Amino acid sequence: MSDEVIKLGHGSGGLLTRRLIEERVLRFFDSPALAPLKDSAIVELDAGRFAFTTDSYVVDPVFFPGGDIGKLSVCGTVNDLAVVGAEPIFISCALIIEEGFPSKDLERVLRSMRDAAMEAGVEIVTGDTKVVPRGKADKIFVNTAGLGRVAKWAESLRGAAQPGDSVLVSGGVGEHAAAVLAGREGLNLQGSLESDCAPLTDVARAVLQNANRVSFMRDVTRGGLATVLNEAVAGESYGIVLSEADVPVREEVRSICELLGLDPLYMACEGRLATIVDAASARRVQEAVARTAAGAQCRIVGSVTEGYTGSLVAQTAFGTRRLLQMLSGEQLPRIC
Amino acid sequence: MKYVDEYRRPDLVEDLVRQIRRRASGLDRKVRFMEVCGGHTMAIGRFGIASLLPERIELLSGPGCPVCVTPTTYVDKAIELTSDPSVLLTTFGDLYRVPGSAGTPEEACERGADVRVVYSPRDALGIADSNRQRLVVFLAIGFETTAPTVAATVLEASRRGIANFRVMSGHKTMPEALRALVQAPGIALDGFILPGHVSTVIGPEPYSFLAREFGMACCISGFEPTDILQSILALLEQTLTGEPIVQNEYRRAVRPGGNAVAREEMMKVFEPAAAQWRGLGLIPRSGLDVRAEWGGFRVEPPDPAVPSQEHASCQCSEVLRGRARPTACPLFGKRCTPQSAVGPCMVSSEGACAAYYRYGSVRFEG
Amino acid sequence: MCWAVPLRLVEVSGQAGKVELAGTLREVGLQLISEPQVGDYVLVHAGFAIQKVDQQEAEETLRFLAEVFAGREEA
Repeated sequence: MSDEVIKLGHGSGGLLTRRLIEERVLRFFDSPALAPLKDSAIVELDAGRFAFTTDSYVVDPVFFPGGDIGKLSVCGTVNDLAVVGAEPIFISCALIIEEGFPSKDLERVLRSMRDAAMEAGVEIVTGDTKVVPRGKADKIFVNTAGLGRVAKWAESLRGAAQPGDSVLVSGGVGEHAAAVLAGREGLNLQGSLESDCAPLTDVARAVLQNANRVSFMRDVTRGGLATVLNEAVAGESYGIVLSEADVPVREEVRSICELLGLDPLYMACEGRLATIVDAASARRVQEAVARTAAGAQCRIVGSVTEGYTGSLVAQTAFGTRRLLQMLSGEQLPRIC
Repeated sequence: MKYVDEYRRPDLVEDLVRQIRRRASGLDRKVRFMEVCGGHTMAIGRFGIASLLPERIELLSGPGCPVCVTPTTYVDKAIELTSDPSVLLTTFGDLYRVPGSAGTPEEACERGADVRVVYSPRDALGIADSNRQRLVVFLAIGFETTAPTVAATVLEASRRGIANFRVMSGHKTMPEALRALVQAPGIALDGFILPGHVSTVIGPEPYSFLAREFGMACCISGFEPTDILQSILALLEQTLTGEPIVQNEYRRAVRPGGNAVAREEMMKVFEPAAAQWRGLGLIPRSGLDVRAEWGGFRVEPPDPAVPSQEHASCQCSEVLRGRARPTACPLFGKRCTPQSAVGPCMVSSEGACAAYYRYGSVRFEG
Repeated sequence: MCWAVPLRLVEVSGQAGKVELAGTLREVGLQLISEPQVGDYVLVHAGFAIQKVDQQEAEETLRFLAEVFAGREEA
């Protein structure tokens, strides 16, 4: 069978659905827990504490330099588990497909999910497929839920941040947003930029195993580094001063930002985490993360302060300071 | 980045600051310099320049942000156009969240209007080319830096026969606005940091009346920290010697005579017209409108005699003229914030109030 | 006003060209400047080159700054 596009019939639960799953989905997802295709997957787990998370992915464009919605949906959920100190084990995958979506695009997405799951060491054990009429969804939406086992080294994730603590970011910022901008119509950019989309399990483990105290760890996504660090200080009795010159930004990202009048500190990432650790451990953590594949450009970028309570402040290369507020809405390209 | 990084060297910045402080000690009073370019407002805020200067030098933000000075009537008309479903509105990102008297283009888009953000007027033309059954209207705002790019696009539209492309001009020109500014009573300025990129097009000549007739110290400035500090130093020197002229610090981009090619393109398509400046009112021959012969690409802009509709307590017109600080406005930081802006100075990320809100609060701390 | 960035012209074909910076290529309109050459640095605003960067003046400005700075250091 080679239906060129996904039809409503593929989601109706009958023969077409069965065929879609057997001929396309199972080709890529070969977990023994999934193969029986029962209503639920049965899995065996040892005793312990577990982390459970879910996220939906609606990114446009579906395919962008360095990744696609499939890779994003696996890595995003894996990373939500990693930053709470859990080792990801299983994920589910639910697809909502717009009628008319090309079948070979679906295959591309599934292949990406398989590759990302393999890289992250997780099994896709259960899923669902729905097809909605043309116009009721934007090409394809993906939801993934993930289960992970809280690791022993998660013990270092404790307590509140204290003045003097160090702030680190695991790599260059703004790469995902810049790559997506490059892929979108209307901005006419061609370049060598790729999304930083990647699993952060090793990075998170490197932080947790090498720090005495980790008071904050989160993956940097929409809104960029400035947003996630604002979340770290909102309503708290301390602030953060970020050293602009120390934040890693790739040259390509910087030039797109200069051209369009955007601030790299607010540009989305998909394979970076921000963390606050005790100052004594900072150097050791930075070196350990820099030895991982996804954390090669890890840097210490700032510190927690007693002053500027509840605020994130950037220090420029000239020693001057400016407030980095929460954005209300996406940054827009400017000419002025 | 070449021609950018070199002008951001911290050691050069430090040195310029030292020179400024030394010269400023020769001042017997406060001096006030106004920058009239949104790009300068941004740069001054982003690099924290104001906090490096001695107390005797005060920097004010003027009406240099084309978004800030776009009247509510323009935004209202733009949104009105979308009530026709065949209209596809294209706009620079700068205007997308600017409120008219009944909401922003973004809100109109959320309600179902087809409004798209573009980086270049050429992108808007591309959208018109791929959507021949729609009427694609481009919201042409900006000063003399931008008007030539819109003119070139109209000419291209004509060459390629893309007849469903239209432009609604909200363009404004600097020199007449500056004249209105200095002529207004109660002004207490010593000089201007003049726009960098507008000047690449119009050259230094149109500003000479500021020094000659009004005794204003003037310096055309680039946008990097060393550019701006160099210009402030120049203004300081002029003020101390009492010999105001129009200096050009941005010589790598601004030449005598400006860019004649760009000006010619601009004047092929546009002609001077009266314009309504939000905060400043109606100024004759301070705007640009599409010439009659290109009428096929023109959407009539709102009547410039109709003033902008502002909130009763909004002090933007005082702020834009350098007669009040943002903090003097009763709405500042309370009813009026960047997240929910009332007046033009807060609306744009480069407006005086927005800049003060973001950068002013950490200025004297730490 | 307004945002313009100095970028290097790598391709010229009539009234259009491409600028480059650190591996990113972008189309630009060249109608607004005279005699653009590959290798020129141009100021790009809203998708158009609005002026060439005068490389001599650029170096002059920097040299002046650096000299004055160096002179003061020694003094």
